[in-house]
Amino acid sequence: MDALMNSPVMVMLSDPVLYIGLGKGLLLTLEIAAISIVLSSVFGTVIGAMRYTGLPVISHVAATYVEVVRNLPQILLILVSYFVLGLPGKWAAVIGLTIYTTAIIAEVIRGGLNSVAVGQWEAAKSQGFSFLKSMWYIVLPPAVVKMIPPIVSQFVTVIKDSSFAMVIGAGELMFKGTILAGKYWKPSQIITIYLLISLIYFAINFAISTVARRLQKKLSTGRGSIGN
Amino acid sequence: MAELFERIGFLQQGPFAVPRWEALFANMDTLWEGALVTLLVASLGLVLSLALGTIIGVMSASQWKAPRAFARAYVEFFQNTPLLIQVFMIYNALPILIKGMFIPVIVIGIIGVGMYHGAYIAEVVRAGIQSIGRGQLEAALSQGFSYVGAMRYIIIPQAMRVVLPPLTNQAVSLIKNTSVLAVIAGGDLMYAGDSFAGTYGHYGPTYVVVGLLYFAMCFPLARLARRLESKARVA
Repeated sequence: MDALMNSPVMVMLSDPVLYIGLGKGLLLTLEIAAISIVLSSVFGTVIGAMRYTGLPVISHVAATYVEVVRNLPQILLILVSYFVLGLPGKWAAVIGLTIYTTAIIAEVIRGGLNSVAVGQWEAAKSQGFSFLKSMWYIVLPPAVVKMIPPIVSQFVTVIKDSSFAMVIGAGELMFKGTILAGKYWKPSQIITIYLLISLIYFAINFAISTVARRLQKKLSTGRGSIGN
Repeated sequence: MAELFERIGFLQQGPFAVPRWEALFANMDTLWEGALVTLLVASLGLVLSLALGTIIGVMSASQWKAPRAFARAYVEFFQNTPLLIQVFMIYNALPILIKGMFIPVIVIGIIGVGMYHGAYIAEVVRAGIQSIGRGQLEAALSQGFSYVGAMRYIIIPQAMRVVLPPLTNQAVSLIKNTSVLAVIAGGDLMYAGDSFAGTYGHYGPTYVVVGLLYFAMCFPLARLARRLESKARVA
């Protein structure tokens, strides 16, 4: 029993420094993810709507943004925000994640709007609905049902990908973990730390994914969509 | 002309100054080497993720409980934890599990992205299999096909058309995600670019060129995915 209590892993697990470090990291991870999610939802809606309009310049600007950003690694975007734009760690992570996630959300918004048949617009117009009213009452309700599941799973991705901020030492959960793994350097301790961190990420993301799946089942009528 | 250039401030100083570009182009070899490593890791990682994804996807669509539960657990674990931590786990745990074995960082990268995207591909494969009506499987079984045979000859060929567009998108994500190798000094494009930029401070030009190289690798695949998507919709 004593041998177990004195094992390196138990010594580490009874040290409050571990929990303070991970707790601080977790808070920053949640903060970075939350701000990025809010910002990219706003910008993503704007860019997605711009592309949906099909107007000459506006939709081309939006399409170019989406096609360029989608094909770049997020680590690169975070590094650019930090070293080239000169933002402080936390904000470099937020901006890097936001630039990328905006493009993904924009595509989800556009895809959702496109899934509503043109006939619906025409029918609404023939019944005397204005543009805004047909959007609000006719087009958006079914489109939003299509958008919610992929948007929620993108939020999970943002939480996971906020770990990329460790490349600039922003101090989020993953980075704190590697710092602690430097303090507790024995292999068994290092593996325990990484297991703890994966458990934390898993608990948060699994909860969100489960809610999203329930939501999808509840919202989707008829045949399920494929490929999301 | 040269004098004129010397008088324009931002061409001589700042993050995108001309001398920085010259220094980068004199050292392009390191970036090319990095790009080759990225291509190698991405292609072998893709092979691994396709193999894992197909096996686990078939398991999760199976009629037996045990393989279904295993597949579920695999997918949930890999989809809900960051790739970075999985790579760190492999990096730290493998040398302990297999004592005294030296594993090149590139192999860790291949296993990392392979297992991570294997989970996503498994979901794609499952959706593909389930998109084929239950009656097809029953018809095949009634004609004397074994379960594996029915999958191999009846279900999978039909599911391919549904599965190809999201698979291509996964390949794009996989290429981008090989950049996590930079964190464990994997010698990939991101690492080559970041270490060159960090050594001399030529961040601006280096990141632009690194971005262009990633774009050149991903954009054709992304376009292909689009084309396959519209084709699948028509069919």
